Amino acid sequence: MRDRAPVWKSIIGVLLGLVIVFPVLYAFSISLMPESFIAAYPPKILPSAPTLENYAKALKTAPMLRFVLNSAIVAVSIMGVQVLTSSLAAYAFVNFEFRGKGLLFGAVLATMMIPGEAILISNYLTVASARLLDSYWGLILPYGASAMGVFLMRQQFLTVPREFREAATMDGCTDWRFFWRILMPVSMPAISALAVYCFINTWNQYMWPLLITSSVTMRTVQIGISMLSFSDGMAYGVIMAGFMLILLPSLVIFILGQQKMVSGLMAGSVKG
Amino acid sequence: MRDPVVRAAELAPVGARRRRMAPYLFLLPVMVFLIAFYYYPFVKTIVTSFTVTDAAGQFKKVVGFRNFLMIFKRKDFLPILGNTLRFVPMIALPTLLLGLLLALFANKRAPGVSRLTETMFSMPMAIASASAALVWSLIYNPVVGVANYLLGLQINWLTDDRFAMLSVAIVTVWLQTGSNFIFLLTALRGVPQDLMESAMIDGAGGLRKFFHITLPMISPTLFFVIFLDIMGSFQAFGQIRILTQGGPGIATRVLVYDIYLEAFMNYRFGTACAESLILFAMMLMVTLIQFRFENRGVHYA
Repeated sequence: MRDRAPVWKSIIGVLLGLVIVFPVLYAFSISLMPESFIAAYPPKILPSAPTLENYAKALKTAPMLRFVLNSAIVAVSIMGVQVLTSSLAAYAFVNFEFRGKGLLFGAVLATMMIPGEAILISNYLTVASARLLDSYWGLILPYGASAMGVFLMRQQFLTVPREFREAATMDGCTDWRFFWRILMPVSMPAISALAVYCFINTWNQYMWPLLITSSVTMRTVQIGISMLSFSDGMAYGVIMAGFMLILLPSLVIFILGQQKMVSGLMAGSVKG
Repeated sequence: MRDPVVRAAELAPVGARRRRMAPYLFLLPVMVFLIAFYYYPFVKTIVTSFTVTDAAGQFKKVVGFRNFLMIFKRKDFLPILGNTLRFVPMIALPTLLLGLLLALFANKRAPGVSRLTETMFSMPMAIASASAALVWSLIYNPVVGVANYLLGLQINWLTDDRFAMLSVAIVTVWLQTGSNFIFLLTALRGVPQDLMESAMIDGAGGLRKFFHITLPMISPTLFFVIFLDIMGSFQAFGQIRILTQGGPGIATRVLVYDIYLEAFMNYRFGTACAESLILFAMMLMVTLIQFRFENRGVHYA
């Protein structure tokens, strides 16, 4: 048992925490202020008469819910596809001996060395020539696989005792059945770690959707919200309301999944 | 009725072939995606960097190293490269230091609220660079923003070329400190307690314990987060595009932003690809250095 710290430490901890999350609290506070109040000098930290009119305006001036829907579709799809492709590949690397295994594993990991920026333009041209610009497919397909995912799932599958598979094979269970019925269910913690990581990353994507979406109805949350700010005369209160709306889903998932994600990522990244 | 033993013998090769093929089938989906969206585009980027394309990105002609020469002949390229490199320590050092201090602080669980403080310390991790930049652009607003008000200053944070880079760096540090904190905290909690206790019995003070036990024990994680921070600074894009658009002038234009402008504003895909390769070379160097440290200079438990 670790020794416990005194109460003053808790208080300092919370105060420090409030400093760190200040921008978010500030945005929330501004989102509740009428525009005239925001523009007044000196700047106010707290609203005198909180109002939801900025939220109503944000929902009216931009299809915020459509942006949220788009991002949700894309994030959930990428999450599902990545978990699937990563788990299948990890299964091959953990449970089979085959020619070219080392080479293929190296080839998967090597993609971690290729930074997004070095392939972005070519991927854009590929997606454009496949006529997938401004579509869900264009947003999803380039992120169908990730070396990080394969690596995380491999680390997880290595912890599952070999006897599981041997016993299952003895009972006449095929690889396919074993994978779905036994391995995937016992690997839920690692799967949810990967899923949370994937969801937040996709939800927060900016550059790729900026490049490939052009119509208002295909915009994802980050593009939608920044468009709000680039349009002339857009008020800060409305932008902050929009910010709060799109932050909420990722924040909830982060708070619920943070612990899992961290332990999952630690298992994968530092100890190789 | 045929002899069951003979039947089994006939079937065996089929089963064996299926077993031989199985791992490749399991690998097929991942490989299809990685080839289509990593290997193929990477090769294409290299090829394109030696060519000139039309505005739609279609190949026009091979020009050898001319794209690279043109980049280095540009008057603004060295300043852009300088910005990119200057940005690295401006982000990596404060991020690492803050992350470490917060982790040391949170390492001993405080009564009642440790989960809350940990979540607050790491929260910026969950926020996108683009939307964070929107909030910070309000904070930095010289008239209605709180930065000048709270600090009692009159600074044009985003439009004065002495402060623009700093402003962007502060936002980036804010975004990245959370992940440093989390990784370092997990590492600190992995330091064996008995090591600390025996050091205490030997009469080692707090600082000595930190430098002789804690720091070496968490050094793998330390190098890992430095690596993440450097990569993060090379890749900063959303915050720059929203806060400064690379300005004022080219004061905050870094390589990634210049690649974006070159490809998607000027439609010069050849030179943009050449620039991506320069960025890739820089990141590869950092990665190789990181591997060297990981293999030599670091203590593993």
